[in-house]
Amino acid sequence: MNKDLKSDQYPKIYLYKRIVQAKLFIDNHYKEVIDLNNISDEAYFSKFHFIRLFKKVYGKTPHQYLIAVRIENAKVLLKKEVSVSEVCYAVGFESISSFSGLFKRIVGKTPSIYITEQMELKSQMLNSPLDFIPGCYAEKSGWMKK
Amino acid sequence: MITKMTHACVYVLNQDSALDFYTNKLGFKLVMNVPMGKDIRWLTVSPPEQPELEITLFPVTVGNMFNAETAKAMTTLVKNGTFGPAVFSCNDIYATYEELKAKGVEFTKAPKEEFYGIEALFKDDSGNWFSLSQMKPA
Repeated sequence: MNKDLKSDQYPKIYLYKRIVQAKLFIDNHYKEVIDLNNISDEAYFSKFHFIRLFKKVYGKTPHQYLIAVRIENAKVLLKKEVSVSEVCYAVGFESISSFSGLFKRIVGKTPSIYITEQMELKSQMLNSPLDFIPGCYAEKSGWMKK
Repeated sequence: MITKMTHACVYVLNQDSALDFYTNKLGFKLVMNVPMGKDIRWLTVSPPEQPELEITLFPVTVGNMFNAETAKAMTTLVKNGTFGPAVFSCNDIYATYEELKAKGVEFTKAPKEEFYGIEALFKDDSGNWFSLSQMKPA
């Protein structure tokens, strides 16, 4: 167990439940404007204590985690060919330029390039699935004959 | 020499339900979801921090892989929790345990300190069981 969570003030499992609830709140509400101060209030921690515990458990501050969740969900939508501007607002960003900049910094390419690459990959998977499936499975499943 | 594992297979009873379980509950990433015939898809997912490993969610259905008798036997074995296909690791087992429980994942063992680390056991939606472990630092 994380030593910072061994507090005499609270039973340890209670602390975990609070941190996990905060994480799940971000998972479920990332599309909305989230005030991280409110999350720490709801978790009954001081803001500083909350951020420290959250980072100990998840390796990211709540803000960093929120950005990561938004970018991961943006990737899911971009794979479905949703436009960059729609994706930006759908995952909770308020500006296309800040979304594109963050996306490029984290993913390593712009959202537009990401869509193009993913569409190409999806097309290859659909048109030539056997290029992606280990031959043993394909053969045992009878897919090699097709 | 063998260098790494790229694919592993987990037999599931329903691919739609398994996809929901592995992505929405466990948080795995969908890699491939390609129709390969009637009632069967090539469906793979990866653990969030291990994209190079694809876990194939292979349906136990009658076809080239399983005849009717084998499919029936496999269905019973999977349902009964005969197979424990893998050990998953996490950085903080107590937080992961609380999160997965909150999402409705069924645990058969709560986190417990063992000589090799802290371990819990959970079941997937088909009946396969997995170890969730936080290993001791080497």
